[in-house]
Amino acid sequence: MSFAPTPRALGRIKAALFVLALVPLARLVAAAFTGGLGVNPIEFVTRSTGTWTLSLLLITLAVTPLRRVTGWNWLIRLRRMLGLFAFFYACLHFTTYVWLDQFFDPAAIVKDVVKRPFITVGFSAFVLLIPLAATSTHAMVRRLGGKAWQRLHYLVYLIATLGVVHYWWLVKKDVTQPMLFAAALAVLLGYRVVHQLRNLSPRSGAPACGRR
Amino acid sequence: MLIRRPPDLVPSDITPQEVYARRREFIKAAGGLALGAGLGLDALPAAAQGKATTMKLFGVKESPLSTGEKKNSRQEITEYNNFYEFGTDKADPAQFAHTLVTRPWTVAVEGAVNKPRVFDIDELMKLAPLEERIYRMRCVEGWSMVIPWVGYPLAELIRRVEPTGNAKYIEYDTLADPRQMPGVRSRVLDWPYVEGLRLDEAMHPLTLLCVGLYGETLPNQCGAPVRVVVPWKYGFKSGKSIVRIRFVEKEPRTAWNKAAPREYGFYSNVNPDVDHPRWSQATERRIGEFSKRKTTLFNGYADQVARLYAGMDLKKSF
Repeated sequence: MSFAPTPRALGRIKAALFVLALVPLARLVAAAFTGGLGVNPIEFVTRSTGTWTLSLLLITLAVTPLRRVTGWNWLIRLRRMLGLFAFFYACLHFTTYVWLDQFFDPAAIVKDVVKRPFITVGFSAFVLLIPLAATSTHAMVRRLGGKAWQRLHYLVYLIATLGVVHYWWLVKKDVTQPMLFAAALAVLLGYRVVHQLRNLSPRSGAPACGRR
Repeated sequence: MLIRRPPDLVPSDITPQEVYARRREFIKAAGGLALGAGLGLDALPAAAQGKATTMKLFGVKESPLSTGEKKNSRQEITEYNNFYEFGTDKADPAQFAHTLVTRPWTVAVEGAVNKPRVFDIDELMKLAPLEERIYRMRCVEGWSMVIPWVGYPLAELIRRVEPTGNAKYIEYDTLADPRQMPGVRSRVLDWPYVEGLRLDEAMHPLTLLCVGLYGETLPNQCGAPVRVVVPWKYGFKSGKSIVRIRFVEKEPRTAWNKAAPREYGFYSNVNPDVDHPRWSQATERRIGEFSKRKTTLFNGYADQVARLYAGMDLKKSF
């Protein structure tokens, strides 16, 4: 239960996770050079980067429940990197859309964002991610103060929800895949609600914990 | 018209459909349960490539109705398909459609006609001279291809069964056999896949009863052995692997219209000015091209078909 890596081991775990998080991108690049992107490569890249953005968001949201369940508090030290990788793939996803799908046509993009609900929602999620990425450093946490920083970063719950809605609304008919993401998100958010309620109940002696 | 194997091929190059079908029948007849069925499919990896089960069509004429645009490759046409009976991913049909048995095959033509009858596929393929029709194909999802179909006008078949005065529309059903089509086990659409046309649309010379692609019989994933092609409408109107054509008085309730009536109308004519509620139809990506191109009214066939819709509000009858 109380496994805790030494600082050196933690460094290695972080390095391994860093490389692992780059695998989806490496696979895309490799596929691009070997004709593995299929008949509609732009669609393939858009789908792939979108899927990985959402996956990494959910993985980031899984850190706290996992930490509580296992008692491995050091897991929290991996969370920032995971969150930044979610942002990284979101940037790739957004770039694919702006560049390969819309060819930097500002009029077309504005029209799309305003008129298409699934793009409105996806675009909002992306914009909301920017302040979280920008305030991810220790210096920014100190500057904002723990409480304000925490409050700002609660936005991730909204962002992940918007991300799942974005996916759900874009598929033509078969919502199996978005449903799986929605179910995972529901579990992760549900865990937090239950945990919060337990902390609030008078029988529980523990004070409400700051990190959710 | 003859269907035969070109003599310069060695036996391993192709697996003729007849042999393939017989093999499966034999395995079934032999009472091969899970193991037998598994072997029957696994022993034929070549069939999964689509190419393997098609055969050359002879005596195919060129048509003045073909476009001169650059054709999409056979690979593009056969590896990127919407055929939900085999799965909702566009790579699924190429992977799973080898289980479709296209011989023997019959098409029942019934309803408001004087001469209803059941056509055998081989008879159907000889009903009228085969033509190559190179058509643009625009998918409702926003991509397009240029495809060299082989077939003859659906009107040739319609004339032979003599529609009565009550025949205002036709509807055509795709096979819905869960044993051959794994996607039919999912309830993503209300099976069988039904599509339809107004009778004048069905009689239009551009509307094709299609039996081939690139000079050969249709690959399974493209709707073998016989399908409909309506080039000025979104691709989903062009029903695949047809087993029944019915002449009816009322507008048919079609598969996508039933699934999402607000998004897919009965007409579904390609129209850059009528958006899908969730995405724009103003542009399309031609498969194989980098930048998008502008979508044209009736997919560029306005000169031939616009008169069919004179006086109609295309925004209302979408």
